[in-house]
Amino acid sequence: MKALADAIVKLLHVDKWFGNNHVVKDLNLEIQEGEFLTLLGPSGCGKTTTLRMIAGFEDATGGSIEVQGERIEDKEPYQRDVNTVFQNYSLFPHMTVFDNVAYGPSIRKEPKAEIKKRVTEMLELVQMSGYEKRKPEALSGGQKQRVAIARALINNPRVLLLDEPLGALDLKLRKQMQIELKRLQRKLRITFVYVTHDQEEAMTMSDRIAVMRDGVILQLGHPMDIYDHPTSRFVADFIGESNVFEGVVKAVNGELLTVETASGMAETQGSGFSVGEELYVSIRPEYLSISREPVTGFDLPARVKDFIYMGTVVKTSLDLADGKEIKYSRFEADATLREGETVYVHWDTHKSVAIKKEAEVEAS
Amino acid sequence: MTAKPQPVRKRKHSRLPLLAQAGPVSAWMILFVTIPLLYIIYISFMTRGTFGGVEHEFSITSYQTLLDVTYFKVIEKSFRAAVITTLLCLLLGYPFAYYIARKPADVASRLIMLIMIPFWTNSLMRLNAWMLLFQTNGPVNNLLLALGWIDAPKMFIYSDWLVMLGLVTNMLPFAVLPMYSSIEKLKKSLLEASADLGARPAKTFMRVTLPLTFPGIFSAIILTFIPALGIYTITDMLGGGKVLYIGNIIKNQFGAIRNWPLGAALSVLLLLITALLIFIYTRFARIEDMEVL
Amino acid sequence: MESHHSIRRRKRSFRFLGDLYAILMYAVFYIPVAVMIAFSFNDAQRNYYWQGFTTDWYGKLFSFANTDLWDALLYSVIIAVLATIISVTIGVLGGIGLKKFRFVGKKFIDMMIYVPIIVPEIVLAVAMLIIFMTIGVKLGMGTILIGHCTFCIPYAVVTIKGRISGDNETLQEASMDLGANRFQTFWKVTVPSIMPGIMSAAFLSFTLSIDDVVMSNMLAGARQSTLPVLILSLNRTGITPDANALTTVMIVALVLGMLAVNGLQRHRRKKEARLAAEAEKAISTAGGR
Repeated sequence: MKALADAIVKLLHVDKWFGNNHVVKDLNLEIQEGEFLTLLGPSGCGKTTTLRMIAGFEDATGGSIEVQGERIEDKEPYQRDVNTVFQNYSLFPHMTVFDNVAYGPSIRKEPKAEIKKRVTEMLELVQMSGYEKRKPEALSGGQKQRVAIARALINNPRVLLLDEPLGALDLKLRKQMQIELKRLQRKLRITFVYVTHDQEEAMTMSDRIAVMRDGVILQLGHPMDIYDHPTSRFVADFIGESNVFEGVVKAVNGELLTVETASGMAETQGSGFSVGEELYVSIRPEYLSISREPVTGFDLPARVKDFIYMGTVVKTSLDLADGKEIKYSRFEADATLREGETVYVHWDTHKSVAIKKEAEVEAS
Repeated sequence: MTAKPQPVRKRKHSRLPLLAQAGPVSAWMILFVTIPLLYIIYISFMTRGTFGGVEHEFSITSYQTLLDVTYFKVIEKSFRAAVITTLLCLLLGYPFAYYIARKPADVASRLIMLIMIPFWTNSLMRLNAWMLLFQTNGPVNNLLLALGWIDAPKMFIYSDWLVMLGLVTNMLPFAVLPMYSSIEKLKKSLLEASADLGARPAKTFMRVTLPLTFPGIFSAIILTFIPALGIYTITDMLGGGKVLYIGNIIKNQFGAIRNWPLGAALSVLLLLITALLIFIYTRFARIEDMEVL
Repeated sequence: MESHHSIRRRKRSFRFLGDLYAILMYAVFYIPVAVMIAFSFNDAQRNYYWQGFTTDWYGKLFSFANTDLWDALLYSVIIAVLATIISVTIGVLGGIGLKKFRFVGKKFIDMMIYVPIIVPEIVLAVAMLIIFMTIGVKLGMGTILIGHCTFCIPYAVVTIKGRISGDNETLQEASMDLGANRFQTFWKVTVPSIMPGIMSAAFLSFTLSIDDVVMSNMLAGARQSTLPVLILSLNRTGITPDANALTTVMIVALVLGMLAVNGLQRHRRKKEARLAAEAEKAISTAGGR
């Protein structure tokens, strides 16, 4: 963990109201220099608003925003040392690719020869050399995207803001661009602040993810961290797939909790819980174990419902005793499982997560 | 943290862009539209001066005059003409608009341009052309005589009929354009869905096309009816002073007759009718459809 | 259920009827134009009826003998050009501003914009006339100009508003993000990107102004009239064919101008497409992406 002094962007107690809507609530976030940080969340969670406040297109109602130690809330967008890649690219339709990319430098009145050199460099960087004279309308989505990136990066911003830039691309292209963007970021070592609602995308690209909901950051951390140790039900649900049980702690044995759920007795690792406390237990589909016989420890009886073949994995749906449906996934179909069969579900208690019932836990 | 919104601390945005952009147009509208219109309402309640002009004495004489038989007849006549004109424009214009809207986009825009070109010529010259056509010894009469459909040349000119023709031909584009715009926005998939559900073309038209293109139709009504009410050049040119509509009367009050309050009152009447139509429109349609212009 | 054949036959006859109808409609629009052009060749002092073919009137027209006509045309054109410049400037700025900003009384102004479009021109003209006469402003080119601008500006505003989409908002943000201030953004990004709209508005204003009768009639001074007003008064005594000749020349010039502009646009687009294709080929042969 880097020292706090390295934080290049600091959001301190940032608040944003739209009329009577409290869209961003007392947000605190420190973004490290050179990191790829993603703001992830469903529509309306405030992630885009937050990004726009950093860029300068929205005024924060309260709190302060610092870039490299300088407060910037009172600065116009053109006075800030950050650049944005917009959702729909926002390339100037009446200018060629060259003029688009050269825009920033030309505003700063850099010498023409210098501009030409840098534009050529930039286009090469995003693999769009040769497209200088084209107009945006003659480009494909992926090409427009690259030009938009070049146009932003040519200004050597300390921070690059990306507002769901891959949303309009088809799946294959999107995955390709995700890798390209990540490589680019690594190579240039610029801080990327990325906004998306696609959790797979966030997991693929980010150094750290801030999961947002209703204007607050629910959890901030490295992708694997968030995946393996969600601190709220929402995060457990939102990131990847999860089976979530509601239950009551029946016994505490060191870090091993015995939990009574509507589907039966289960066990999980967890600390800080007391007997009688209500909680959630979350277990990923890939961490379930299925057996034909009851096992020691605990097990939940279940009936096999149906199978979905997804190419890479097979997802099996099972109905538990109380009717709750859970998902089990593995890489190959278990040829022995039959529909309607009764089996027993259990898991490694270290793989399941005990989650406190106060859903909103802010990142510290 | 759901307290009342804290006082908004905004960046110091200069007011200059707002003033520079929205300022001139706002100022112009207020100066040259709002104020004159208010003044004309005021004038309509004044008395006519002895030598023309206005005495600033409150009176409703002008409005009473409107109820006078002769004026009332003119108003009623103008109304009837405007209504018939509008109906004709709708009936004739809708199929035309539909026809164009079904064509591919580039063909359609060229067809629309083709409609516009005649209207770049001076409208008065075009009206004069209709006159020349329907002259007593003009082509139409000669043709009818030759065909044996009439015995003696008919007096088309200076007739209500010719004025109607002038009105309809002049107003048609104003009807066709908004209707075209509305029909063009109609998604083909809706018609397909209707057919898929078993509706024959006529039914689809009545239950899907027509209702969905209603905004365009209403725009057409507004853009046709109101000008038809107020126009005087057509009646002037084709009616030769014999056919009088509201527009002519208003104009005359500011010319030889010099009865400003009466002219103002008639104008106010037109304003009221316009306002009424707009009111109905805003209740039942969306304002964006006005931007079909 | 109808058979395939009869449905197809019905469809075909519908299409034929449709075409026929369209042709009839266009005829209705173009017949007056044709007649007007034809009568510019009329061998008569005044156009009442056809008296024979002659091209004399074109000769007379271009000898500038009929000063009334040319004076009126010049007057109309000057007013139209001025009106266009003023209206487009105020209207475009206004269209942008009204779409972007919110301020006290905006709804009122929005409504007022539509008034000159909807309300019969005579009412507007009369209202302005009364004000001018009450204040004591002398009627003349100034008052006509004001009158014209008053109905041209709303058309310009509406045209521009129709062309500005939400896209424009983000383009301006992108420009500011890249370091351009509001003034630079306006000239380098906003205006160029709505140029087609501006051209449209300018064309519309010009056409409306040069063809206007009502305002020009009511707000005119005693000395000079615009071309349409002149024609209106000529109508009493009969229109001279050189007026037809002038109108014909005007429309021909306009159409030719249109075609030229269109042709230029198409040429430029072809050139761009060619450049794009060449670049494409260069890239693929160089083995790039």
